[in-house]
Amino acid sequence: MGKKLSMKGWLFISPALILLAVFLVYPIIYSFYLSFTSTKGIISSFVGFKNYIRLVKDPMFLLALKNTGIILLIQVPIMLISALILANILNDRKLAGRGIFRTAIFLPSVTSLIAYTILFKMLFSFDGIINRLLLSTGIVDHPLEWLTTPKLAVFVLILAMLWRWTGYNTVFYLSAMQNISYEIYEAAEIDGASKTQTFLRITLPLLKPMILFTTIMSTIGTLQLFDEPMNLSQGGVTAATMGPGNCFLTLSVYIYNLCFKYVPNFGYAATVSYVIVFIIAGLTVLQFWAGQSNEEKDAKKRLEKEGKA
Amino acid sequence: MKRNIRVSRVFLYLFLIIVSFICVFPFYWMIVGSTNTPIQIIAGKMTFGSHFVENFHTLFNNYDMLRILMNSLKISGISVILILLIGGMAGYGFQMYKSNLKEKLYGFFLLTMMVPFATLMIPLFKIITKLNLLDTHFAVIIVSAVSAFMIFFFRQSFINYPTEILEAARVDGAGEFRIFFNIFVPSMKSTFAAAAIYSFITSWNSYLWPLIVLQSNEKKTTTLLISMMSSSYTPEYGVIMLAIVVATLPTIIIFFAFQKQFVQGMLGSVKQ
Repeated sequence: MGKKLSMKGWLFISPALILLAVFLVYPIIYSFYLSFTSTKGIISSFVGFKNYIRLVKDPMFLLALKNTGIILLIQVPIMLISALILANILNDRKLAGRGIFRTAIFLPSVTSLIAYTILFKMLFSFDGIINRLLLSTGIVDHPLEWLTTPKLAVFVLILAMLWRWTGYNTVFYLSAMQNISYEIYEAAEIDGASKTQTFLRITLPLLKPMILFTTIMSTIGTLQLFDEPMNLSQGGVTAATMGPGNCFLTLSVYIYNLCFKYVPNFGYAATVSYVIVFIIAGLTVLQFWAGQSNEEKDAKKRLEKEGKA
Repeated sequence: MKRNIRVSRVFLYLFLIIVSFICVFPFYWMIVGSTNTPIQIIAGKMTFGSHFVENFHTLFNNYDMLRILMNSLKISGISVILILLIGGMAGYGFQMYKSNLKEKLYGFFLLTMMVPFATLMIPLFKIITKLNLLDTHFAVIIVSAVSAFMIFFFRQSFINYPTEILEAARVDGAGEFRIFFNIFVPSMKSTFAAAAIYSFITSWNSYLWPLIVLQSNEKKTTTLLISMMSSSYTPEYGVIMLAIVVATLPTIIIFFAFQKQFVQGMLGSVKQ
């Protein structure tokens, strides 16, 4: 490509470059710098690694880390496995009404995070219809305090997130499954493979890149969880605690509180936010590594050996 | 054996019907709820009531819903236009005028997608305060117009474009910007439509950044209003549900009208 033409390309990119530089790159760098400072009001001072050391002894941070971790470890696997099963069912060409089922299952993904959170808050309120249903069917003999008991509250949060995001991931898997040629399945059927075998031996391995992608996206999303816990807790933004026993205190909620609810400490808040960056980076590398097939790993090892020899 | 298959088929359909019911029920419940009084909603009334007009009046008179809707529409509308223009041009620039430096920059921007918004939030808040833009819609718009993800999305969709068409136009003496706006964009309508839908819904549903930036009541967006209404100590269930219906309606309409582009917009980033 000619030099002149390449120069003209910059004209197309430059508006985005300017905006990204000011509103993305500068904030990333500045936030990193802030994580080594302590700000109280307008006074800011450089404190080195003090903020990072403080993290280890900060019970609120550790609680937020634990809460986020619990939600991540329970919600993401259940959601992705359910999505895989649903996609596999919906991928059956002989299934009647699959268009309707697909639309119904995807529908929750169009709601805003605030809207569905508040609907679930109403559904599970003390005098809400879930309690009514459980009472009238005799499953419980007294109404459950869903949103004021820590364990139940986390259960509701996870349930709500499953409702909102399972269909979303199903669509990703479904589109990947539709790229798999139908003849492979027909051949498997002729060879007498059972449905479970076909799913485990053919569909799953071919879906690996998509499973990797959805795992990474869901992990990043859950680590940033903010809208749902904030709105599921009684009193919302202004509440004294985030859910019963602070069970809704996620990392992002804690950062918000550090900046806008307590006496603002932007420096320490930036430190907590960089913890999320490090976790995301670490987990992404780990997931990519785990996502490689054994053959790829073997091939790599062999290459390394040959390189040494 | 045949009977077994039939029985398992029945269970499969039963399972799908239950799952679909769970997915759709909250929608039905909120629409019905918007026509009922708080007491009826709590009592578990599942049929349409006669309180819709009262709820509507409360929402639009006491909470100024029309203004709030207009705020959301303005913010999302302008954001979409900016994203299509800036993001589309950048995606085109990165894909059609490749150079070493551009590839390096592009790779760097891809990496920034791993940085959570919470990290950007504090410096962004400081910048916006310094620029005297606190409590303005412009502050919300400008931040949502900056999206590394959308540049990535555009470039991914442009990869298979036959560059011979651009070469031919160049030989005919067309300028680079004319080629982009008059030849390229019209032939990529479906990509731009998918991007518009995706970014509209993202902006329409955004919460954290508007929560930080918008402070006065008359500037607020639908998500902020709903969040505020539900956290009051005596929540008016019927009115809240109507507000949720009103706020969700645009996205549902877009979804049913452009289902194909909607899904394409979602999947566009992961072309295999």
